[in-house]
Amino acid sequence: MALNKQIFDTLIVGGGGSGLRAALQLAEADHRVAVFSKVFPTRSHTVAAQGGIGASLGNMQEDNWLWHMYDTIKGSDYLGDQDAIEFMCRKATEVVYELEHFGMPFDRNPDGTIYQRPFGGHSQNFGEKPVQRACAAADRTGHAMLHTLYQRNVRARCQFFVEWMALDLIRDYEGAVVGLVAMEMETGQVMLFQSKAVVLATGGAGRIYRSSTNAYINTGDGMGMAARAGIPLEDMEFWQFHPTGVAGAGVLITEGVRGEGGILLNSQGERFMERYAPTMKDLASRDVVSRAMDQEIKEGRGVGPDKDHVLLKLDHLGPDVINKRLPGIREIAIKFAHVDPIKEPIPVVPTCHYQMGGIPTNYYGQVVVPKNGNPNSIVPGLYAIGECACVSVHGANRLGTNSLLDLLVFGKAAGDHLVEWLKTNPQHRDLPKDAGDFSLSRLARLDSSSSGESVHEVGQELRRTVQNHAGVFRTEQLLSEGVEKIKEVAERVKRTHVKDKSKVFNTARIEALELENLIVVAEATLVSAEARKESRGAHARDDFKERDDKNWLKHSLWYQEGNRMDYKPVNLKPLTVESFEPKVRVY
Amino acid sequence: MKFSIYRFNPEVDEKPYMQDYDIELAPTDRMLLDAILKIKALDDSLALRKSCREGVCGSDGMNINGKNGLACITPLKDLKEPVVLRPLPGLPVIRDLIVDMGQFFKQYHSVKPYLINDNPPPQKERLQSPEDREELNGLYECVLCACCSTSCPSFWWNPDKFVGPAGLLQAYRFIADTRDEATNERLDNLEDPYRLFRCHTIMNCVDVCPKGLNPTKAIGKIKDALLKRSV
Repeated sequence: MALNKQIFDTLIVGGGGSGLRAALQLAEADHRVAVFSKVFPTRSHTVAAQGGIGASLGNMQEDNWLWHMYDTIKGSDYLGDQDAIEFMCRKATEVVYELEHFGMPFDRNPDGTIYQRPFGGHSQNFGEKPVQRACAAADRTGHAMLHTLYQRNVRARCQFFVEWMALDLIRDYEGAVVGLVAMEMETGQVMLFQSKAVVLATGGAGRIYRSSTNAYINTGDGMGMAARAGIPLEDMEFWQFHPTGVAGAGVLITEGVRGEGGILLNSQGERFMERYAPTMKDLASRDVVSRAMDQEIKEGRGVGPDKDHVLLKLDHLGPDVINKRLPGIREIAIKFAHVDPIKEPIPVVPTCHYQMGGIPTNYYGQVVVPKNGNPNSIVPGLYAIGECACVSVHGANRLGTNSLLDLLVFGKAAGDHLVEWLKTNPQHRDLPKDAGDFSLSRLARLDSSSSGESVHEVGQELRRTVQNHAGVFRTEQLLSEGVEKIKEVAERVKRTHVKDKSKVFNTARIEALELENLIVVAEATLVSAEARKESRGAHARDDFKERDDKNWLKHSLWYQEGNRMDYKPVNLKPLTVESFEPKVRVY
Repeated sequence: MKFSIYRFNPEVDEKPYMQDYDIELAPTDRMLLDAILKIKALDDSLALRKSCREGVCGSDGMNINGKNGLACITPLKDLKEPVVLRPLPGLPVIRDLIVDMGQFFKQYHSVKPYLINDNPPPQKERLQSPEDREELNGLYECVLCACCSTSCPSFWWNPDKFVGPAGLLQAYRFIADTRDEATNERLDNLEDPYRLFRCHTIMNCVDVCPKGLNPTKAIGKIKDALLKRSV
């Protein structure tokens, strides 16, 4: 079947923070850029970020990028690549000032500068004491940032394909990425898009867990597209559990609550983080706090009839601070936990929040894969940025506020790199003759099925499996059982059946396609986690309790073909400063 | 719990109809969206938009027992049965609970919803006092769910000419921003019998806004600014 075709310079898949930041560089340079988004761009998941953007502006106390860099490397449990981390922390102030110039409604200090609050793992002078580094717009920083970036793209007349779902990448015979196949949700129309480059900016896949702070749209579409095109996924065993999801509901409560002075209490009313992290206490990094909470619950000091959560107390901050700095949190607590935090503590539990791993890239956003002995050989025409990418700046554990920063820094870097790259690559490569056939065959299977598995039920089984077998604490038995179970789920995904055969806004078919992406991420997660025999950052194993730098200071690479693992070295060499050698992590 | 839901698929239905559902809910199903997704698990043909499920993305605006709201932050316990769900009124229906938001976004875009300041920016941030920043509270938090504009009779009658409460709220968000230098241009753009002055302060927008914002107040402030400019 001949598909209609459109031609652009660059296609960006995803209209969240990183995709919009990259689009802006290209649109303002007058390149033909198109942004594809499953939802209207301001509905992307960046909108849900709350606490702040990390940058060493030094508006509150003395601060500098080298301290930020140290904190990020330590937070990553030394798995982060130090060249990319230096790049990000040095660029941080520039991209935050730019965002302010775009119109971002940051909170302000009496002198008119941007207000900054403390956040977990961010310190002054290499771990000495907490520092106020998180640039905040109340507790709606992501919302304010996403709307600001969208607005700036409206000004730049960027072209959007709203409510289009990208299905597959198109690679030519030399392996270059030359376009993609996408489907308009409203009509079901499938179209070919030819381009010189494709940027994947599809966000994370936190929906592989049953209990997750993530939006329903976070189904790992970019990772599914990459894996199906033969690209490995990096460090997929590392999933961040945010310490404070509302118990039962999963909705996020920002770490900014603890930044403003909130504390965690167990059933005995004890501020237990003082025992686990004497210096940073409740502001230790997220993996440390989540494990401490889980430990308290395991040892019977959880709260509630089932002793299955702990409490986040903030009433001592007073109504003024809560209403001014944390109004959205108060709204969420009242709606989802039925408590008013001005009077009562919020029940919270560690909840899946963020994927540190993703599509391997360098710090220009170019996708890199092992080839002919080079672990980081560039895939021509393919970029990945934001949560779907693994640069890797977050390593084994991301610091709060570094995700919004990641979106801005690497979105801009990829956009800038593309502007230069397009100058020397004026021609489009040809599309292969069979372009689009693979996507059409996937759709044809769904359109012609008359019986099979329910997408909803297989999805539930997927989420249950990942939740139960790749949670906060892991063991060989849990993980190897999980690997077998997820293989069975993967077989069921191939047999899904959608009753609805309509072309018009067929959300059932969209969900079936999303499930085909989720299963890629779920398999990568379990196989990578089973293989890594150590504890590092968010990957905590009861049977290998220690970090093992001798054998495991390396990045995992999972290939869909053969479900196999490969590894590549961590880059411990920064761009200009001396390396930070791995040390024991104490907060 | 009993539901009556508006159904229409232009491919197969000649006209819209209401479909009844009676479903068993668990204690963990707290919000209307939880219940709708239970229904969708049984009947995958029911179409709706959804994303963040916590009231910040603005996807799941719909008409709930006669009043516009976001399904994900509407508690089930407050709803009378059968719960009647319809698409947002006044916009063309694409399918079931999904409306064509084109006209709504066209009006939003028409107010130039971005900061205009052509002076070269300073090396660091532009300064703004906490008091000036507070002027933006109640404005920038809009999630563009369209609950307000689609509850406004003036928008129903003139969706092509009246900017509507959501667009006007954003117009004022930039007028109120001390960093923006296009106030005159913005006021010129709104000084029109339809674009601004079709607001008859019926205040449905204030009544339905899921984020507790007050577009009528912002519209009043735009009118004040116009008045001030003319004297």
